[in-house]
Amino acid sequence: MASHYEAPIRKPLVIGDKNYHDVSVDIAAPIEGRANRQWWIVFSIALAALLWGIGAIIYTISTGIGTWGLNKTVNWAWDITNFVWWVGIGHAGTLISAVLLLFRQKWRMAINRSAEAMTIFSVIQAGLFPIIHMGRPWLAYWVVPIPNQFGSLWVNFNSPLLWDVFAISTYLSVSLVFWWTGLLPDFAMIRDRAVKPFQKKIYGLVSFGWTGRAKDWQRFEEVSLVLAGLATPLVLSVHTIVSFDFATSVIPGWHTTIFPPYFVAGAIFSGFAMVQTLLIIMRKVCSLEAYITVQHIELMNIVIMVTGSIVGCAYITELFIAWYSGVEYEQYAFLNRATGPYWWAYLLMMSCNVVSPQVMWFKKIRTSIVISFVISIVVNIGMWFERFVIIVTSLHRDYLPSSWTMFSPTFVDIGIFIGTIGFFFVLFLLYARTFPVIAQAEVKSILKSSGSKYKKLRDAGQPLYQMPTEIAPAREVEVAEVTKPEETAKVGDLLSKLGTFDPDTDKADDLKKVKGIGPKMEQTLNQIGIYTFAQVSRMTDTEYRMLDEITGAFPGRAQRDDWAGQAMKLNKKS
Amino acid sequence: MASKVIHAYYNDDDILMQAVKKVKTTKHHIEEVYCPFPVHGLDKAMGLAPTRIAITSFMYGCLGLIVAIVMMNYIMIEDWPQDIGGKPSFTYIQNMPAFVPIMFELTVFFAAHLMVITFYLRSRLWPFKKAENPDVRTTDDHFVMEIEVYSGDEKGLMTMLQESGAVEINQVEK
Repeated sequence: MASHYEAPIRKPLVIGDKNYHDVSVDIAAPIEGRANRQWWIVFSIALAALLWGIGAIIYTISTGIGTWGLNKTVNWAWDITNFVWWVGIGHAGTLISAVLLLFRQKWRMAINRSAEAMTIFSVIQAGLFPIIHMGRPWLAYWVVPIPNQFGSLWVNFNSPLLWDVFAISTYLSVSLVFWWTGLLPDFAMIRDRAVKPFQKKIYGLVSFGWTGRAKDWQRFEEVSLVLAGLATPLVLSVHTIVSFDFATSVIPGWHTTIFPPYFVAGAIFSGFAMVQTLLIIMRKVCSLEAYITVQHIELMNIVIMVTGSIVGCAYITELFIAWYSGVEYEQYAFLNRATGPYWWAYLLMMSCNVVSPQVMWFKKIRTSIVISFVISIVVNIGMWFERFVIIVTSLHRDYLPSSWTMFSPTFVDIGIFIGTIGFFFVLFLLYARTFPVIAQAEVKSILKSSGSKYKKLRDAGQPLYQMPTEIAPAREVEVAEVTKPEETAKVGDLLSKLGTFDPDTDKADDLKKVKGIGPKMEQTLNQIGIYTFAQVSRMTDTEYRMLDEITGAFPGRAQRDDWAGQAMKLNKKS
Repeated sequence: MASKVIHAYYNDDDILMQAVKKVKTTKHHIEEVYCPFPVHGLDKAMGLAPTRIAITSFMYGCLGLIVAIVMMNYIMIEDWPQDIGGKPSFTYIQNMPAFVPIMFELTVFFAAHLMVITFYLRSRLWPFKKAENPDVRTTDDHFVMEIEVYSGDEKGLMTMLQESGAVEINQVEK
């Protein structure tokens, strides 16, 4: 099988003897099942954190930014730290879905959906901070260059903060359509499996009528590839522009040309760590161990190790350049980081970001799920401190010693951060219950090359498929309205209460005599199996409602016209 | 449009590919193939023309770049050529480096979104659109090949499809 050639050295990416249908069933299971108690507990905690955060945000906006721990010298601290941290986390999603697609990495298939969801949800969190850290957030729309009554007063396109607006909104919207387009075939799979009418409707709506024609797939793949090609420079540019907030300033410790690539590397580093944290839990609770294997975890660990090393190199480069520059402000900025009042934050950042990923050189460690989970959390703590150190230690001591000060956050600063974490998990938990968390169409397309079942067949020198032994009989099929099973069940329910009509013994009545039943309605009733006044007279409110559900025509009419009462009289007469 | 079509069901992409190639050699017109996932090489085997969606994306990107340049040139250089922090606002090229980030972002924005909208319109996908796959199994694990039937060759086509490994063959009036 030339089309599915795979080097024997490669380990299977889908373990267990999965075939195409098994993939559908496994991925649809969390959506079709019900949420368990743990889910509700975690969801409630996340919701409580979110509500607390909303309270803190309302308090800030209605009272003023003075409720935060900022001062005249340190005028950016937790707000922008959290902003950059969340944006950074968001980057891994696009990286996994775009860069790994360009490099044809098959292992991305099982993790890209969740990684992209993580991107969307964390960029939403990031997007909150530029608004709420404004002194007058109700004028936020002034950042958009819209013609206006002030003689058309425009924005200044020289500011990196405006670039941020363009970068973040482009990033969020492009990631969203990339994600959604990839979801269409998966939503279609859920739609076609759904048994509950409401579920069918919703997934029919969100799958945009995906039909899976050969031409659709051809375009779909091209669109995915072009979007990946666009998203890759986008993801690099977005964090670059975020880093410009600092790099284009004149502050010692901020004004560095290394920031753009170094921030991007840090973003990948922290983003992959977050993916690792989430997926290690998800594979367990959603029983997706067959798709998110230890190999996936190991490969993510390798990415974390590589980007962690890049970040480490950047730290050393910064230190070297500070020493080499001969600029005493620059030199002091780094001396202050290492030995000043925030030495503990610097030490935490150094140990979490530079030392912890280096343990991944040992195979035993990087294939251990528990250690991977711990390190992934350590990395995110370290990356939070990286942003904090860069922002705060450069601001609190710079050119004028008379402006030197300290910073400490208030409960509002902390509350908003906790709120965004809560919001993130609220979104992610809802996502995990309603979205296909693995791109099933993509996993199916690699199943033959990387599934363990097919690998075994290939190793045994057997063909990857079996021609059906039975010859399919040719059948004539009328394309007719197929009655849905749930409808027949309802009809059965209704008739069991009203009594069935037996054409041999009973005589059909002229139902049109009942006021409100026309020829059309009589036909409908006959189709259901209602022929006699006696049957109609047994109808009560419940039966009326059932009838309305089945016919869907003139809801409430039978009740208003009192069909049962009328039928009772007519029944006595005849 | 033929009034009668044959739906041949397959449960494997390799068998489907062979069947498609076989039907092509007998000069039958394959109306459509419905698949649960992208089968690589299927469009080539069916003889579908390559998609031009990447070309449209390139043109949309050029449009985005032009929009960005025209907008910033008008606002920063022509309408209010102010001195903001000593940046030279005499000509576009002098202050160009500061415009690069937004030029880039708008290029990507236009290229990505307009291409996706084009894709949705061309493939007729939008909310409230009814799905048109002939069988719900085509989004799970079955592949359906739809072939038009003209009078005369029906029997031969049937036997060929039966030999090609179809698991189910339905004749459908359209």
